[in-house]
Amino acid sequence: MKNYLLIDFGSTNTKLTAVDVENKVILGTSKAMTTVEEDISIGYQQALESLLLKTGPLIFQKKIACSSAAGGLKMAAIGLVEELTVEAAKRACYGAGAKVDLVFSHFLTHHDIKEIVQKKIDIILLAGGTDGGNRESVLFNAQALGEAHVCIPIVYAGNKSCQDDIRVIFDQYHLQGYVIDNIMPKLNQLKIDGAQDIIRSIFLKNIIAAKGVKKIESVIDEVIFPTPHAVLKAAELLAKGYLHEKGLGDIVLVDIGGATTDVYSMGTGAPIRGDVILKGLDEPFAKRTVEGDLGMRYSALGIVAPLSKESLRQYTDDGFDLKKEAEFRRQHVDFIPTTPYEAQVDRLFGGLCVDIAFSRHVGKIDSVYTPLGMMYYQFGKDLTNVNAVIGTGGVVIHDENPTDILNKVCLSSDKPLELRPKKPQMLLDKKYILSAMGLLSIDEPIVALQLMKENIVKI
Amino acid sequence: MKTIVIGVIGADVHAVGNRIIEYVLTNEGYNVVNIGVLSSQEDFINAAIEANAKMILVSSLYGHGEIDCRGMRDKCVEAGLANIILYVGGNIVVGKQNVADVEKRFLEMGFNRVFGPGTSIETVLPLIKADLGS
Repeated sequence: MKNYLLIDFGSTNTKLTAVDVENKVILGTSKAMTTVEEDISIGYQQALESLLLKTGPLIFQKKIACSSAAGGLKMAAIGLVEELTVEAAKRACYGAGAKVDLVFSHFLTHHDIKEIVQKKIDIILLAGGTDGGNRESVLFNAQALGEAHVCIPIVYAGNKSCQDDIRVIFDQYHLQGYVIDNIMPKLNQLKIDGAQDIIRSIFLKNIIAAKGVKKIESVIDEVIFPTPHAVLKAAELLAKGYLHEKGLGDIVLVDIGGATTDVYSMGTGAPIRGDVILKGLDEPFAKRTVEGDLGMRYSALGIVAPLSKESLRQYTDDGFDLKKEAEFRRQHVDFIPTTPYEAQVDRLFGGLCVDIAFSRHVGKIDSVYTPLGMMYYQFGKDLTNVNAVIGTGGVVIHDENPTDILNKVCLSSDKPLELRPKKPQMLLDKKYILSAMGLLSIDEPIVALQLMKENIVKI
Repeated sequence: MKTIVIGVIGADVHAVGNRIIEYVLTNEGYNVVNIGVLSSQEDFINAAIEANAKMILVSSLYGHGEIDCRGMRDKCVEAGLANIILYVGGNIVVGKQNVADVEKRFLEMGFNRVFGPGTSIETVLPLIKADLGS
């Protein structure tokens, strides 16, 4: 027997998944409260005990973990033009599994830097300029961070021509600086792999130690990813397949959490029709976006904020005082619905999270009359033909009618310009195994893929 | 290497001339950032900022150039590109109008040089070199 123990240190729960790799079965799962404030291993031991109660004694060949405990990975993305290097910087952060708490364009002000320090940002990504392009903004911003003696790791991923000058600034002010390839070497060209690798390695080297997660490595082998990155790996594997084991093709994944709603899409998203011209920044095959203002508990107020007075009124007339319910959920973050009414409100909130978050993720089309007839621009990814939409996160997993929530991803007549999925299959990550499978996929991609295909069920 | 942003402005999908311009300017040793057809003023300006371009060369073939180009200089000033050199060329106005009148109108709009229908890039090249230095 060859057993893997896969651990996900979440912000609330520590989740364990035991897998027998030889027989390709999930032996059991369990969870306990994350105890990163006192000692992270307490929660881990509790979860492990309850796991072993279910499975009987087990010996693990490997124990690996991902973590989003203690606030996960908080980043500040800095670029020059909002639609270009700022957007590229955001995508690099999201792809690495981070939350982007602050976004800045052009020159940083003293106030901006103060905010970076106050918000306890873990890593700063500094971009700006194509290779050989604009120099002033990155040099100014590096200098400003240096003068403020910001002691946060800074990843420089801007104009290549400034790399030497940036190194000089990093040395001069003794900053924890890292210099890597430009994330937008040419206009609209996105190159974020290098940035993602370095962000992950800083996370594992510095950030998890500072957050008290590293301690756990005395009992387990290692922490290898931020949790969202593990999920991204799993989703990418599930979409692409591995060798002879086929994947599902293009997919969308929505993860509705207490504090954020994450949307993942796997696919090129290229235009389907011939009369459509693609504009804007390149899209990564595996794309992740995070909405920090949309979540079922901590961020519940953000769900009702974008709703118009009329639509709030409509809900009130139907018997749902959404503002009151949102306020309640924000104050009681461990609230679990017990009555059908409470479940229905959670379902409504879940649907709104998905709907709003997907609007921000999906590509859009715009028509233009030209002397050659009607032509179309496409910005972002065309996801109309994705094969499946996968739901994960407490609200979807525990709901009686998860399709009601997941259907909010689909094409709708009130948002005709958004390139949303037409007729996807609806799937559910019932056992909450995606992050664990992302971890497993590093050593055993085929097993991880087969287990996902088996355990992510149709609804 | 000096950078020039080129593209076709507005709801205009004429791609061929723009490609020829790219080819010629690249051969002349310029760093050409081609933003392609159906481009807005903002697309040109954003590209020029990120790529640190010294010149924007706007093409328009379908007759609506005058509307599409209006206010472009002001936006450049607003974006910190007050000194960028703006060229425009092609069938930039509706119908057959007096080239001198058209040129005057575009110069007043803040373009540095204006070229009427059928001007080849080879004719323009010496002026680009003069304005940018080769």
